[in-house]
Amino acid sequence: MSVELEFVQNFPCFSIMFCMFAGIISSAFKEKVARILNIAVLTINIILSAAVFVFTVNAGKAYVYVMGRFPAPWGNELRIGILETGLALFFCVIMLLSLLGGRHKLMQEVEEGKQGLYYVLSDLMLSSLLALLYTNDLFTAYVFVEINTISACGLIMIRQNGRTIEAAVRYMIMSLLGSGLFLVGICMLYDLTGHLLMSNIKIEIAHMVAEGSYRPPLLVTIAIMSVGLAIKSALFPFHAWLPDAYGYSTVSSAAILSSLVSKGYIFLMFKIIYRVIGFDVFHDSKIVNILFIFALMGMVFGSLSAIKENDVRRMIAFSSVAQVGYIYMGVGMGTHAGMVAAVFHVISHVATKSLLFIAAIGLTDVSGGSRKFIELTGSGYRNKCAGAAFSVGSLSMVGVPMFSGFISKLLFSQAAVQNTVKMLPILIVLGISTILNAVYFMKTVIRIYTPVNNREYSTVTWRDNKVYAAVLFCFVVLNILLGVCSQPIVDLIESGLMMFA
Amino acid sequence: MGANLFNNYGEAVEMLLFVIGFGNLMLQSNLIKKIIGLNIMDTAVYLFLAEKGYISGRIAPIVIDGIQDVETYINPVPSGLVLTGIVVSVSVSALMLSLTIRLYQRYHTLDLDEISLRLKKEGL
Repeated sequence: MSVELEFVQNFPCFSIMFCMFAGIISSAFKEKVARILNIAVLTINIILSAAVFVFTVNAGKAYVYVMGRFPAPWGNELRIGILETGLALFFCVIMLLSLLGGRHKLMQEVEEGKQGLYYVLSDLMLSSLLALLYTNDLFTAYVFVEINTISACGLIMIRQNGRTIEAAVRYMIMSLLGSGLFLVGICMLYDLTGHLLMSNIKIEIAHMVAEGSYRPPLLVTIAIMSVGLAIKSALFPFHAWLPDAYGYSTVSSAAILSSLVSKGYIFLMFKIIYRVIGFDVFHDSKIVNILFIFALMGMVFGSLSAIKENDVRRMIAFSSVAQVGYIYMGVGMGTHAGMVAAVFHVISHVATKSLLFIAAIGLTDVSGGSRKFIELTGSGYRNKCAGAAFSVGSLSMVGVPMFSGFISKLLFSQAAVQNTVKMLPILIVLGISTILNAVYFMKTVIRIYTPVNNREYSTVTWRDNKVYAAVLFCFVVLNILLGVCSQPIVDLIESGLMMFA
Repeated sequence: MGANLFNNYGEAVEMLLFVIGFGNLMLQSNLIKKIIGLNIMDTAVYLFLAEKGYISGRIAPIVIDGIQDVETYINPVPSGLVLTGIVVSVSVSALMLSLTIRLYQRYHTLDLDEISLRLKKEGL
């Protein structure tokens, strides 16, 4: 390669390596060292990602990082643009906040001596997420998908009780079905095109489509890969594993799983649509319509399940099903505006869902550890920070202006208006889903602010757990920031998607 | 269509194996049978890859008698992918088995549905 790299351009590779080695090294150390190493790695990653982000924004175009300097069809590549670096930065920040916010629960819920392993797992999780964001090679993506699954399974079952182990088994089974399908898809694509690098596959597919050859295999491949990734990211009919996995694991795990892990797979889906298959080919294959129907059903049925739920953690988990439905609805619209809305909703959901999980734990703690709604009555007065933060998260989910959820709903409806065929179903379902969201979130908010005269539960102020309060504050600020200055972010997403292909 | 299926009987068998494995992993309620299904499914994919890399009449890409001609050897990339895939599936199976042991120690059954039923009764 004759192109000289600037030092900054090495950072994505460094950050993947840092996380991976930190995970390996900290398995040999005591828990305290592992914890400090974890925070250090996350902080370093935030700085590195921010540097690359600034670099790509200034450069205005994506660049290819050749691993080991083997040229294109043989070597392994990373491809780095605005969207990848921006999301990497965002994911690192959310991960740091989720870990800090759930730390006190981690201490209580995980056995002594196993807490160090939690940081090992979260380091590995972060490295696989970053690799999924950056990689330009399909088989590397598959390997990191599996690493991601294994570490996610560890994060679920680190809190040892029957429920979590069962949830982990169910999660593993569904994930393995998904990644099996994804693997077959990759093998068939390799068979059809003879390449594993995403950009090369796209060129070959464009040839094939122009010639009109191999149409059925290509269609089957696209379908298999889409369904595989849809299973892994818990799109509606494949969501059975989700409520237990999110509902019973320790709170940091729930926040990380719901906000980051599923988004890693969704991002891989975006990548396959734009960079492997090609947006137009994907759209013409009509697979989008199937995803679209599943998405609309998910938006309604996820919310209905959430309304029926009597456990606040499981309710938030079911709300994730609905939100993943929103994201796939954006994909299913088959327009660029829909994709922009979907990416924005990814960001908005990441910020909001982790906030809700972390805030909910503060509320259940001051209700004797019970997660039943009846016990939560008045908990917003007993822990004012958590109550306020939960309300902000709920308002954002419902889509009240000022918060991030409003912007994504706005973008979805704007995108819907441009699509003449799907406009009516989208707007109707969006309306129904918003009302259902309002029903269960507002029900919870009203419940936690209903005054109650029992003095049996203790009251907690922000001074009792300053880290927790600070984390909630950061989440709230992030949410309002996303809701108030959305335009620059939308512009960045648009230019990021442009340079994505 | 029929002739194509007969000519590519290897691929057809592999896909059949994949579906058998997939079905077992999804539908069996016994955890050990599920893991066996997982292994059948993965092996089918590796067989598919190995078949795709093989070019009839050529030999494994190891240079022993100085022949450096590309035409002599089969495609080595799928073999590399199979190796990577085997590593992944071994570690995943190990993890699944360890989870199964945990569940068995706790509930003395391998039936996932029954475990779920008991968990519901416990009402944890």
